[in-house]
Amino acid sequence: MPEQEEDVPVLLTTVDKMVNWARRSSIWPVTFGLACCAIEMMAMSASRYDIARFGAEVFRGSPRQSDLMIVAGRLSRKMAPVLRRIYDQMPEPKYVISMGACASVGGVFDNYAIVQGVDQVVPVDVFVPGCPPRPESLIYGIVQLQKKIDRSKAFA
Amino acid sequence: MESTAVIEVLLRTLPAAQLESVQAGDGMPTIYVALDELVETCRALRDLPELRFAFLVDLVPVDYHPRQPRFEIVYLLASLGVAGFGDTPKRLRVKVRVPADAEVPSVSSVWPAANWSEREAYDLFGINFSAHPDLRRILMPDDWEGYPLRKDYPVQIKERVKTYEPLQVSQEQFVANLEATRERARKD
Repeated sequence: MPEQEEDVPVLLTTVDKMVNWARRSSIWPVTFGLACCAIEMMAMSASRYDIARFGAEVFRGSPRQSDLMIVAGRLSRKMAPVLRRIYDQMPEPKYVISMGACASVGGVFDNYAIVQGVDQVVPVDVFVPGCPPRPESLIYGIVQLQKKIDRSKAFA
Repeated sequence: MESTAVIEVLLRTLPAAQLESVQAGDGMPTIYVALDELVETCRALRDLPELRFAFLVDLVPVDYHPRQPRFEIVYLLASLGVAGFGDTPKRLRVKVRVPADAEVPSVSSVWPAANWSEREAYDLFGINFSAHPDLRRILMPDDWEGYPLRKDYPVQIKERVKTYEPLQVSQEQFVANLEATRERARKD
Protein backbone atom coordinates (compact mmCIF):
# COMPACT_ATOMS: atom_id res chain seq x y z
CA MET A 1 0.00 0.00 0.00
CA PRO A 2 1.68 3.29 -0.98
CA GLU A 3 1.92 5.81 1.83
CA GLN A 4 1.36 8.92 -0.23
CA GLU A 5 -1.20 9.52 -2.89
CA GLU A 6 1.43 10.55 -5.47
CA ASP A 7 2.89 7.05 -5.39
CA VAL A 8 -0.29 5.36 -6.67
CA PRO A 9 0.67 3.76 -9.99
CA VAL A 10 -1.48 5.26 -12.71
CA LEU A 11 -1.59 4.38 -16.39
CA LEU A 12 -3.26 6.79 -18.76
CA THR A 13 -4.67 5.64 -22.09
CA THR A 14 -7.63 6.18 -24.38
CA VAL A 15 -10.78 4.11 -24.41
CA ASP A 16 -10.09 3.15 -28.04
CA LYS A 17 -6.68 1.76 -27.23
CA MET A 18 -7.96 -0.09 -24.22
CA VAL A 19 -10.87 -1.70 -26.04
CA ASN A 20 -8.79 -2.56 -29.09
CA TRP A 21 -6.15 -4.14 -26.87
CA ALA A 22 -8.81 -6.30 -25.23
CA ARG A 23 -10.33 -7.31 -28.54
CA ARG A 24 -7.14 -8.19 -30.36
CA SER A 25 -5.65 -10.06 -27.43
CA SER A 26 -8.37 -12.68 -27.24
CA ILE A 27 -9.56 -13.52 -30.71
CA TRP A 28 -11.69 -16.63 -30.51
CA PRO A 29 -12.02 -18.32 -33.90
CA VAL A 30 -15.04 -20.37 -34.84
CA THR A 31 -14.12 -23.77 -36.26
CA PHE A 32 -14.92 -23.58 -39.93
CA GLY A 33 -12.66 -26.10 -41.62
CA LEU A 34 -13.89 -26.96 -45.11
CA ALA A 35 -10.97 -28.84 -46.66
CA CYS A 36 -7.25 -29.52 -46.40
CA CYS A 37 -6.58 -25.96 -45.15
CA ALA A 38 -8.30 -27.02 -41.94
CA ILE A 39 -5.44 -29.43 -41.23
CA GLU A 40 -2.99 -26.53 -41.29
CA MET A 41 -5.38 -24.54 -39.14
CA MET A 42 -5.41 -27.36 -36.58
CA ALA A 43 -1.62 -27.52 -36.69
CA MET A 44 -1.55 -23.79 -36.05
CA SER A 45 -3.65 -24.14 -32.93
CA ALA A 46 -1.84 -27.23 -31.66
CA SER A 47 1.32 -27.39 -29.59
CA ARG A 48 3.94 -27.10 -32.32
CA TYR A 49 2.91 -23.69 -33.67
CA ASP A 50 0.82 -22.71 -30.67
CA ILE A 51 -1.37 -19.78 -31.61
CA ALA A 52 -1.94 -19.22 -27.87
CA ARG A 53 1.20 -17.08 -27.98
CA PHE A 54 -0.86 -14.52 -29.88
CA GLY A 55 -3.99 -14.87 -27.80
CA ALA A 56 -6.21 -16.61 -30.34
CA GLU A 57 -6.19 -20.22 -29.29
CA VAL A 58 -9.73 -20.90 -28.12
CA PHE A 59 -11.55 -22.49 -31.04
CA ARG A 60 -15.26 -22.46 -30.43
CA GLY A 61 -17.86 -24.79 -31.83
CA SER A 62 -20.53 -22.15 -31.50
CA PRO A 63 -20.64 -18.94 -33.56
CA ARG A 64 -22.24 -17.18 -30.57
CA GLN A 65 -18.96 -17.33 -28.69
CA SER A 66 -16.54 -16.38 -31.48
CA ASP A 67 -15.05 -13.23 -32.96
CA LEU A 68 -13.22 -14.64 -35.96
CA MET A 69 -14.20 -16.96 -38.75
CA ILE A 70 -11.31 -18.63 -40.56
CA VAL A 71 -12.77 -19.92 -43.83
CA ALA A 72 -10.36 -22.81 -44.35
CA GLY A 73 -10.95 -24.48 -47.69
CA ARG A 74 -13.04 -24.37 -50.85
CA LEU A 75 -16.60 -23.23 -50.36
CA SER A 76 -19.18 -24.95 -52.52
CA ARG A 77 -22.27 -23.12 -53.67
CA LYS A 78 -24.34 -25.52 -51.60
CA MET A 79 -22.35 -24.60 -48.48
CA ALA A 80 -22.54 -20.81 -49.05
CA PRO A 81 -25.88 -20.33 -47.24
CA VAL A 82 -24.50 -22.25 -44.25
CA LEU A 83 -21.39 -20.07 -44.13
CA ARG A 84 -23.48 -16.92 -44.34
CA ARG A 85 -25.82 -18.08 -41.60
CA ILE A 86 -22.97 -18.93 -39.22
CA TYR A 87 -21.40 -15.54 -39.94
CA ASP A 88 -24.72 -13.82 -39.22
CA GLN A 89 -24.99 -15.69 -35.94
CA MET A 90 -21.65 -14.36 -34.67
CA PRO A 91 -21.89 -11.34 -32.35
CA GLU A 92 -20.23 -8.04 -33.30
CA PRO A 93 -17.38 -7.23 -33.59
CA LYS A 94 -16.55 -10.06 -35.96
CA TYR A 95 -13.76 -10.69 -38.41
CA VAL A 96 -13.16 -13.06 -41.31
CA ILE A 97 -9.91 -14.55 -42.57
CA SER A 98 -10.05 -16.18 -45.98
CA MET A 99 -7.48 -18.95 -45.77
CA GLY A 100 -5.84 -20.35 -48.89
CA ALA A 101 -6.24 -20.00 -52.63
CA CYS A 102 -9.60 -21.77 -52.85
CA ALA A 103 -11.37 -19.66 -50.25
CA SER A 104 -9.87 -16.47 -51.68
CA VAL A 105 -10.35 -16.92 -55.45
CA GLY A 106 -11.53 -20.47 -56.08
CA GLY A 107 -8.03 -21.89 -56.48
CA VAL A 108 -7.76 -24.86 -58.79
CA PHE A 109 -11.52 -25.37 -58.64
CA ASP A 110 -12.46 -23.07 -61.49
CA ASN A 111 -15.89 -24.62 -61.96
CA TYR A 112 -19.61 -24.19 -61.45
CA ALA A 113 -19.77 -25.82 -58.05
CA ILE A 114 -17.23 -23.76 -56.10
CA VAL A 115 -17.66 -20.14 -55.00
CA GLN A 116 -14.89 -18.12 -56.66
CA GLY A 117 -13.91 -16.19 -53.54
CA VAL A 118 -15.74 -16.14 -50.21
CA ASP A 119 -15.85 -12.32 -50.34
CA GLN A 120 -18.97 -12.87 -52.46
CA VAL A 121 -20.64 -14.25 -49.35
CA VAL A 122 -19.04 -12.59 -46.29
CA PRO A 123 -16.84 -9.47 -45.84
CA VAL A 124 -13.21 -10.62 -45.59
CA ASP A 125 -10.64 -8.79 -43.46
CA VAL A 126 -7.47 -10.72 -44.29
CA PHE A 127 -6.66 -12.99 -47.23
CA VAL A 128 -3.97 -15.58 -46.54
CA PRO A 129 -2.39 -16.93 -49.75
CA GLY A 130 -1.05 -20.45 -50.14
CA CYS A 131 -2.22 -23.91 -51.14
CA PRO A 132 -2.55 -24.69 -48.30
CA PRO A 133 -0.86 -21.88 -46.35
CA ARG A 134 1.64 -23.10 -43.78
CA PRO A 135 0.71 -22.51 -40.14
CA GLU A 136 3.23 -19.68 -40.01
CA SER A 137 1.37 -17.91 -42.83
CA LEU A 138 -1.88 -18.19 -40.99
CA ILE A 139 -0.29 -16.91 -37.79
CA TYR A 140 1.02 -13.98 -39.84
CA GLY A 141 -2.52 -13.44 -41.10
CA ILE A 142 -3.86 -13.38 -37.56
CA VAL A 143 -1.15 -10.90 -36.53
CA GLN A 144 -2.14 -8.73 -39.49
CA LEU A 145 -5.73 -8.91 -38.28
CA GLN A 146 -4.61 -7.85 -34.81
CA LYS A 147 -2.85 -4.84 -36.33
CA LYS A 148 -6.01 -4.03 -38.21
CA ILE A 149 -8.06 -4.21 -35.02
CA ASP A 150 -5.51 -1.92 -33.34
CA ARG A 151 -6.00 0.67 -36.06
CA SER A 152 -9.78 0.61 -35.83
CA LYS A 153 -12.05 2.97 -33.93
CA ALA A 154 -13.67 0.98 -31.14
CA PHE A 155 -16.60 3.35 -31.01
CA ALA A 156 -17.25 4.65 -34.47
CA MET B 1 -17.20 -66.46 -67.31
CA GLU B 2 -17.30 -65.08 -70.83
CA SER B 3 -20.04 -62.66 -71.83
CA THR B 4 -21.33 -65.15 -74.44
CA ALA B 5 -21.73 -67.76 -71.70
CA VAL B 6 -23.68 -65.27 -69.59
CA ILE B 7 -26.00 -64.57 -72.54
CA GLU B 8 -26.50 -68.29 -73.07
CA VAL B 9 -27.64 -68.73 -69.48
CA LEU B 10 -29.90 -65.69 -69.73
CA LEU B 11 -31.52 -66.87 -72.97
CA ARG B 12 -32.60 -70.10 -71.28
CA THR B 13 -35.00 -68.16 -69.02
CA LEU B 14 -35.60 -65.11 -71.22
CA PRO B 15 -35.69 -66.56 -74.73
CA ALA B 16 -36.94 -63.36 -76.38
CA ALA B 17 -34.42 -61.05 -74.77
CA GLN B 18 -32.29 -58.89 -77.05
CA LEU B 19 -28.80 -59.35 -75.70
CA GLU B 20 -25.57 -58.39 -77.31
CA SER B 21 -22.05 -59.35 -76.36
CA VAL B 22 -19.20 -56.93 -76.95
CA GLN B 23 -15.46 -57.26 -76.77
CA ALA B 24 -14.40 -54.73 -74.15
CA GLY B 25 -10.92 -53.24 -74.38
CA ASP B 26 -10.05 -54.30 -70.85
CA GLY B 27 -11.24 -57.88 -71.33
CA MET B 28 -14.09 -57.61 -68.83
CA PRO B 29 -17.22 -59.49 -69.90
CA THR B 30 -19.67 -56.94 -71.21
CA ILE B 31 -23.22 -57.23 -72.50
CA TYR B 32 -25.74 -54.79 -73.89
CA VAL B 33 -29.34 -55.05 -72.75
CA ALA B 34 -32.42 -53.48 -74.36
CA LEU B 35 -33.86 -50.60 -72.36
CA ASP B 36 -37.37 -52.06 -71.95
CA GLU B 37 -36.07 -55.47 -70.85
CA LEU B 38 -33.68 -54.07 -68.28
CA VAL B 39 -35.42 -54.96 -65.04
CA GLU B 40 -36.29 -58.58 -65.86
CA THR B 41 -32.79 -59.18 -67.22
CA CYS B 42 -31.26 -57.71 -64.08
CA ARG B 43 -33.50 -59.84 -61.89
CA ALA B 44 -32.45 -62.93 -63.84
CA LEU B 45 -28.78 -61.95 -63.47
CA ARG B 46 -29.29 -61.69 -59.75
CA ASP B 47 -31.37 -64.83 -59.20
CA LEU B 48 -30.19 -67.51 -61.66
CA PRO B 49 -28.09 -70.01 -59.71
CA GLU B 50 -25.37 -70.08 -62.42
CA LEU B 51 -24.97 -66.30 -62.26
CA ARG B 52 -25.98 -64.88 -58.86
CA PHE B 53 -24.83 -61.32 -59.55
CA ALA B 54 -26.15 -60.22 -56.18
CA PHE B 55 -23.87 -57.21 -55.80
CA LEU B 56 -24.34 -53.97 -57.76
CA VAL B 57 -20.89 -52.42 -57.47
CA ASP B 58 -21.68 -49.19 -59.27
CA LEU B 59 -23.99 -47.56 -61.77
CA VAL B 60 -22.50 -44.95 -64.07
CA PRO B 61 -24.10 -42.91 -66.81
CA VAL B 62 -21.98 -41.83 -69.77
CA ASP B 63 -22.84 -38.86 -71.98
CA TYR B 64 -21.90 -39.45 -75.64
CA HIS B 65 -23.24 -36.09 -76.84
CA PRO B 66 -23.79 -35.40 -79.77
CA ARG B 67 -24.06 -39.09 -80.73
CA GLN B 68 -27.48 -40.74 -80.75
CA PRO B 69 -28.66 -42.40 -78.55
CA ARG B 70 -27.10 -39.89 -76.28
CA PHE B 71 -26.53 -41.75 -73.01
CA GLU B 72 -25.36 -45.13 -71.90
CA ILE B 73 -25.75 -46.45 -68.41
CA VAL B 74 -23.18 -48.95 -67.20
CA TYR B 75 -24.07 -51.35 -64.41
CA LEU B 76 -21.06 -52.96 -62.81
CA LEU B 77 -22.01 -56.26 -61.23
CA ALA B 78 -20.16 -58.75 -59.08
CA SER B 79 -20.97 -62.31 -58.15
CA LEU B 80 -19.17 -63.05 -54.94
CA GLY B 81 -19.29 -66.84 -55.22
CA VAL B 82 -19.25 -69.16 -52.26
CA ALA B 83 -15.78 -70.20 -51.15
CA GLY B 84 -15.27 -73.97 -51.10
CA PHE B 85 -18.31 -74.80 -53.24
CA GLY B 86 -16.65 -74.51 -56.62
CA ASP B 87 -18.22 -71.11 -57.25
CA THR B 88 -15.70 -68.63 -58.57
CA PRO B 89 -16.23 -64.91 -58.08
CA LYS B 90 -17.03 -63.16 -61.36
CA ARG B 91 -17.71 -59.71 -62.67
CA LEU B 92 -19.97 -58.42 -65.40
CA ARG B 93 -20.54 -55.10 -67.09
CA VAL B 94 -24.11 -54.52 -68.26
CA LYS B 95 -24.75 -51.58 -70.57
CA VAL B 96 -27.96 -50.03 -71.77
CA ARG B 97 -28.40 -47.38 -74.45
CA VAL B 98 -30.60 -44.46 -73.43
CA PRO B 99 -31.96 -41.76 -75.79
CA ALA B 100 -31.93 -38.23 -74.37
CA ASP B 101 -35.63 -38.01 -73.50
CA ALA B 102 -36.18 -41.64 -72.47
CA GLU B 103 -37.20 -42.93 -69.09
CA VAL B 104 -35.04 -45.67 -67.66
CA PRO B 105 -36.73 -48.33 -65.52
CA SER B 106 -35.23 -48.23 -62.06
CA VAL B 107 -33.37 -51.30 -60.86
CA SER B 108 -33.63 -50.28 -57.21
CA SER B 109 -36.25 -53.01 -56.82
CA VAL B 110 -33.58 -55.55 -57.81
CA TRP B 111 -30.59 -54.08 -55.97
CA PRO B 112 -31.49 -51.56 -53.22
CA ALA B 113 -27.97 -50.16 -53.69
CA ALA B 114 -29.14 -48.64 -56.97
CA ASN B 115 -31.31 -46.10 -55.15
CA TRP B 116 -28.67 -43.47 -54.43
CA SER B 117 -26.67 -44.21 -57.59
CA GLU B 118 -29.75 -43.51 -59.69
CA ARG B 119 -30.37 -40.33 -57.75
CA GLU B 120 -26.81 -39.29 -58.57
CA ALA B 121 -27.38 -40.10 -62.25
CA TYR B 122 -30.55 -38.02 -62.17
CA ASP B 123 -28.82 -35.17 -60.35
CA LEU B 124 -25.77 -34.86 -62.59
CA PHE B 125 -27.02 -36.18 -65.97
CA GLY B 126 -30.76 -35.53 -65.81
CA ILE B 127 -31.68 -39.13 -66.55
CA ASN B 128 -35.21 -39.91 -65.42
CA PHE B 129 -35.81 -43.24 -63.74
CA SER B 130 -39.34 -44.59 -63.70
CA ALA B 131 -40.62 -46.36 -60.58
CA HIS B 132 -37.82 -44.99 -58.45
CA PRO B 133 -38.89 -44.68 -54.79
CA ASP B 134 -37.29 -41.28 -54.13
CA LEU B 135 -35.99 -39.52 -57.24
CA ARG B 136 -34.57 -36.14 -56.18
CA ARG B 137 -31.19 -34.46 -56.25
CA ILE B 138 -28.52 -35.97 -54.03
CA LEU B 139 -25.39 -33.80 -54.41
CA MET B 140 -26.36 -30.45 -55.92
CA PRO B 141 -28.62 -27.98 -54.10
CA ASP B 142 -32.33 -28.76 -54.48
CA ASP B 143 -33.02 -25.61 -56.51
CA TRP B 144 -30.13 -26.15 -58.94
CA GLU B 145 -30.84 -25.61 -62.61
CA GLY B 146 -29.35 -27.94 -65.21
CA TYR B 147 -27.34 -31.13 -65.01
CA PRO B 148 -23.64 -30.36 -64.47
CA LEU B 149 -21.97 -33.50 -65.85
CA ARG B 150 -23.68 -33.32 -69.23
CA LYS B 151 -21.25 -32.58 -72.03
CA ASP B 152 -23.10 -29.40 -73.01
CA TYR B 153 -23.02 -27.92 -69.51
CA PRO B 154 -20.55 -25.03 -69.05
CA VAL B 155 -17.60 -25.44 -66.72
CA GLN B 156 -18.05 -22.04 -65.16
CA ILE B 157 -21.39 -20.36 -64.66
CA LYS B 158 -21.90 -16.64 -64.24
CA GLU B 159 -24.46 -16.61 -61.51
CA ARG B 160 -24.74 -14.88 -58.17
CA VAL B 161 -23.95 -17.10 -55.21
CA LYS B 162 -27.19 -17.91 -53.46
CA THR B 163 -27.08 -17.47 -49.71
CA TYR B 164 -30.45 -17.39 -48.00
CA GLU B 165 -33.33 -15.12 -47.20
CA PRO B 166 -33.02 -13.99 -43.57
CA LEU B 167 -35.90 -15.28 -41.51
CA GLN B 168 -38.45 -12.50 -41.06
CA VAL B 169 -40.87 -13.03 -38.19
CA SER B 170 -43.72 -10.57 -37.69
CA GLN B 171 -44.73 -9.41 -34.22
CA GLU B 172 -47.92 -11.50 -34.34
CA GLN B 173 -46.04 -14.63 -35.37
CA PHE B 174 -43.51 -14.04 -32.62
CA VAL B 175 -46.18 -13.69 -29.93
CA ALA B 176 -48.11 -16.70 -31.23
CA ASN B 177 -44.96 -18.81 -31.21
CA LEU B 178 -44.07 -17.68 -27.70
CA GLU B 179 -47.53 -18.50 -26.38
CA ALA B 180 -47.52 -21.90 -28.07
CA THR B 181 -44.17 -22.69 -26.45
CA ARG B 182 -45.44 -21.63 -23.01
CA GLU B 183 -48.57 -23.72 -23.55
CA ARG B 184 -46.45 -26.79 -24.32
CA ALA B 185 -44.29 -26.11 -21.26
CA ARG B 186 -47.40 -25.91 -19.03
CA LYS B 187 -48.66 -29.25 -20.33
CA ASP B 188 -45.34 -30.94 -19.63
